Amino acid sequence: MHMADALLAPAVAATMYVASGTTAGISVHKLKKDENTQKLPMMAVTAALVFAGQMINYTIPGTGSSGHMCGGMMLSALLGPQAGFLSMVVILAIQCLFFADGGLMALGANCWNMAFYGCFVGYYLIWRPIIRSNWFGKMEAKAALRMKIIAASVIGCIVTLQLGAFSVVLETSLSGITELPFGAFCALMQPIHLAIGLVEGLVTSAVLIFVAESRPELLQEVNPEEKGLTGKHSLKTTVIIIAVVAALVGGALSLFASSNPDGLEWALFGNSDAGYSENMALDEENYGIESGVADAAASVQEKTAFLPDYAFANSDSAAGTTVSGLVGSVIVAALAVGICVLGGFFRKKKQAIK
Amino acid sequence: MDRIDHAASELREMDDLAALSSPIHSLHPLAKLIVTILYIFLTVSFNKYDLSGLIVMLLYPVIAFSVSGIPIRTCFYKLRIVLPLVCAVGLFNPFFDRVPLLYIGNISVSCGVISMITLMLKGVFCLMASFILVATTTMDAICAALRKIHIPNMIVTLLLLTYRYISVMIDEVSIMTTAYKLRAPGQKGIHYSAWGSFLGQLLLRSMDRAEELYSSMQLRGFCGEFQYADVPPAKLIDYLYAVFAVGAFFLCRMVNIASFFGSIALGGSL
Repeated sequence: MHMADALLAPAVAATMYVASGTTAGISVHKLKKDENTQKLPMMAVTAALVFAGQMINYTIPGTGSSGHMCGGMMLSALLGPQAGFLSMVVILAIQCLFFADGGLMALGANCWNMAFYGCFVGYYLIWRPIIRSNWFGKMEAKAALRMKIIAASVIGCIVTLQLGAFSVVLETSLSGITELPFGAFCALMQPIHLAIGLVEGLVTSAVLIFVAESRPELLQEVNPEEKGLTGKHSLKTTVIIIAVVAALVGGALSLFASSNPDGLEWALFGNSDAGYSENMALDEENYGIESGVADAAASVQEKTAFLPDYAFANSDSAAGTTVSGLVGSVIVAALAVGICVLGGFFRKKKQAIK
Repeated sequence: MDRIDHAASELREMDDLAALSSPIHSLHPLAKLIVTILYIFLTVSFNKYDLSGLIVMLLYPVIAFSVSGIPIRTCFYKLRIVLPLVCAVGLFNPFFDRVPLLYIGNISVSCGVISMITLMLKGVFCLMASFILVATTTMDAICAALRKIHIPNMIVTLLLLTYRYISVMIDEVSIMTTAYKLRAPGQKGIHYSAWGSFLGQLLLRSMDRAEELYSSMQLRGFCGEFQYADVPPAKLIDYLYAVFAVGAFFLCRMVNIASFFGSIALGGSL
């Protein structure tokens, strides 16, 4: 899910930086207001632990494969949404700088896709309502808490990962990077992350249940002394809240999908993967002449491009530019190789002198 | 476990590289940060069909690698993480965008192929640029530069502390997984009965450690901010580097230098 720099147009990347930066600013402000400097080492150690913990493989029973842990949900359950968000931002920054996992320019987008949804949406709309609700009220208190943690973690991981994956598709499509129609890209990304979300949710809930049973005071909203907190929302209200949110999100998604010209194109050609490729072959000539997808993508690219471009294709001079461009590219590549060789040569000489 | 040990050695390797000395290493971290971010922005802003314009951007990372003496192969090892998603997105372009753009002999090259190559090159170039930043600048220096551009103290301190603790945690997790593997030979990953307790135990211990850490920090006079004394003020060479690099990037972005070279070469041969 970590996006590389090449997948974003500068305008989109800058917008996402502003969005994530604002969220980080508000989080810092909130934490400062609470004067919670004591939380700082706690945040750092937990973030480092989640970072390392993401590398552990967990065997999924019944299958040969393995899964990982979901960072955002776990951090916000342990530290609260604001501190969790900042810890995720730091994890993403280190992954980007030292492991090339996600780009430096795409950091804003990555923070939004993974940290914002995982921490804020996951905490305020899923973790807190579910833990405070009286779901599984008929069970014994301990068992009920366990079930609530499983429900919150699994629902939280699935929903936040779906939102994140959808944002990746949206950002990439707005950047005009891919020719892949919006709908097809969605159909590719969402189901994969459904499966990932389920596994991550289960692993996250296993760790959180362990913490809840040995040290419940470490978890947000789980406070055995404060019984007044629980039972605020009944199962019914919680279900209604989640349903309304799901309907809103779903409505927004379908609106985006249907208003997108690429999505329409996709619908015209056919919906299933197999059908689409068949239609592609049939309409190939027609498709090549009209090239609606290319035009639509190009217009998006034009709108989002950082600097105005000069003409390239579709002109008589283009052929000339292309040939000289080709020759020039070879020259530049040769220059690059030359620099490498020269650099190595001088260094060896220097070492020899030493 | 292999993945964890790999991560630990990668971190160590980056630290070792950043501790070397070269003209690039000795530049002011803020100058390097600004130049890198601007390079990435301009590289990504190239039109998706503008392969010949983009190729000139290769020169900056190549020169930087060459001057700093950092072997390029260390960087290409990291491409395994960057390329899959970029390729997954880019590989569809040749199928959807079949308008021919140019002909080499009798073979037509479609827009989609060009845009795919451009996308991949952008990915590689951006990776090289950010790699050169991290490989020539220590984490302390990067954090000091971030403070200079007024990134909130809390985030920078958190970044530094987390970075410090990642190696500790990676070591602990590595020891635990090795011990687990030895006791459960032939098993792939952690059995689900131990999912919670495995990381949970470490989590609880780490929380206690964090409290001790905070107490010891307070006893040593921590008042909410680290002091970065070892970053000298920017020198003339730092300003020159920043201005020259930024100017060169803008020139490459505005003028198609490769085409210019090409037309000179073709003109000369005619």
